[in-house]
Amino acid sequence: MRITLDREACQGHNRCYLLAPELFDVDDEGYAVLRVDGDVPPELEEKARLAVDNCPEYAIAIEE
Amino acid sequence: MTDRPPMTDWATDFDHTTSEWAQRAPEIWDDLRAGCPVAHTERFGGCWFPSRHEDVDAIAHDTEHFSSRSIIVNELGAFGVAPVGFAPPITSDPPFHKIARGLLLPAFSPKAIAELEAATRQTCRDLLDDALSTAAANDGLVDIAVEYTQHIPVRVIAHMLGLPVSDGDKFRGFIHRILEKPGQAASVSPDDTLVAYLEHVIAERRETPGDDLISYLVDAEVGGVPLTDDHIEGTVALLLIAGIDTTWSAIGASLWHLAQNPHDLDRLRDDPAAMQFAVEEFLRFYAPVTMARVVAEEVTVGDAEMKADDWVLLPFPSANRDPEFFDRADEFVIDRQRNRHAAFGLGIHRCLGSNLARMELRVALEEWVAAVSRFELADDDPDAVRWSTGQVRGPRELPVRLLETTGGTT
Repeated sequence: MRITLDREACQGHNRCYLLAPELFDVDDEGYAVLRVDGDVPPELEEKARLAVDNCPEYAIAIEE
Repeated sequence: MTDRPPMTDWATDFDHTTSEWAQRAPEIWDDLRAGCPVAHTERFGGCWFPSRHEDVDAIAHDTEHFSSRSIIVNELGAFGVAPVGFAPPITSDPPFHKIARGLLLPAFSPKAIAELEAATRQTCRDLLDDALSTAAANDGLVDIAVEYTQHIPVRVIAHMLGLPVSDGDKFRGFIHRILEKPGQAASVSPDDTLVAYLEHVIAERRETPGDDLISYLVDAEVGGVPLTDDHIEGTVALLLIAGIDTTWSAIGASLWHLAQNPHDLDRLRDDPAAMQFAVEEFLRFYAPVTMARVVAEEVTVGDAEMKADDWVLLPFPSANRDPEFFDRADEFVIDRQRNRHAAFGLGIHRCLGSNLARMELRVALEEWVAAVSRFELADDDPDAVRWSTGQVRGPRELPVRLLETTGGTT
């Protein structure tokens, strides 16, 4: 699974950071930052889907 | 107070500042979404009410046609001047908005807010001790909107701003005038206003700075230039106004729900992992905040032809119950897994305090669940609860009967 984050679309709702802290960090202003280089480890795939399904701004995408 | 004629019809003559609207709001939104997705009223000089998620989402993202220069619909008109407005950044438009918001974002980032959690938890425990004592002396009866929920955000924001907690009643008085009765207050003494209070505090911080947000703003610069007093005053007013009634409403509505749904209370006690999903579902289902915009230039939304200077309400609570956007939109699903709710808004004005509000809601519920194992509404009729009017909706009185506390049965 590949994951991408659109930093322009992110408005800092922080839902991804709460649901999948292994995949997302936040910067000093509270905007999301990816902690992985794009590949999602298999054990975190469910969390990646949760992050996608809860982002109000559709800023996260996955490719399976 | 202005006397207003009664509403004749939600779709063509709504008045969201009446108790008639506030008591039945979710039902009214359902009607409008199905029958008249962009409602209109001639009141307030002309105001629109788009009730579907799709329209709310589009308007919130369109800062070209919709200005934030005034965000509380009132009969005096949109008095704010773009792009700064009365209370930056909430009343600001691009490009100034980003500058004003950037100043505040670090103080409200999730990591900064996490540092306030322990003190918030202690505040909740102290308030609960008092509320439980009140109940014990009154056959289990206590009004938890008055004795518990309303104090939590006041104490937290007072701490952040370095203001005395004992001024809490004063803040709530100012806020009530601004939010619930915009433009309708009887004449008040100029010394007894939020502006006078803030002028005094800001002058004090200039003399003796502390380790608080007001001192930070007094010291802050944009491009080497200090902020104007108007900017600081507006921003501090915003932090007070936006953080108190809103969070009070969200916590109160969540407890109103739990009083009527003991299985949800049990779930939260028995399965703490459900809490993070429950918090978001409380925010979706009981979102307290409806924002507003002013039409900047003529634009069409659905069939609605909006003219410059028209008001447009942004009812995020209605968007959150749109069956076109959410599965089982009209059901509270405590562990809902897909929940792109808009309780904190959409687009560039995402609630600055969302991490703070979310933390306060979660901690207030965790502490409640830990202390109270069974409670019910004091009045059998759930609609006996009074909901606040205007753009922030939540229970303003919430009398409950505690049936079983973890310290023993009352």
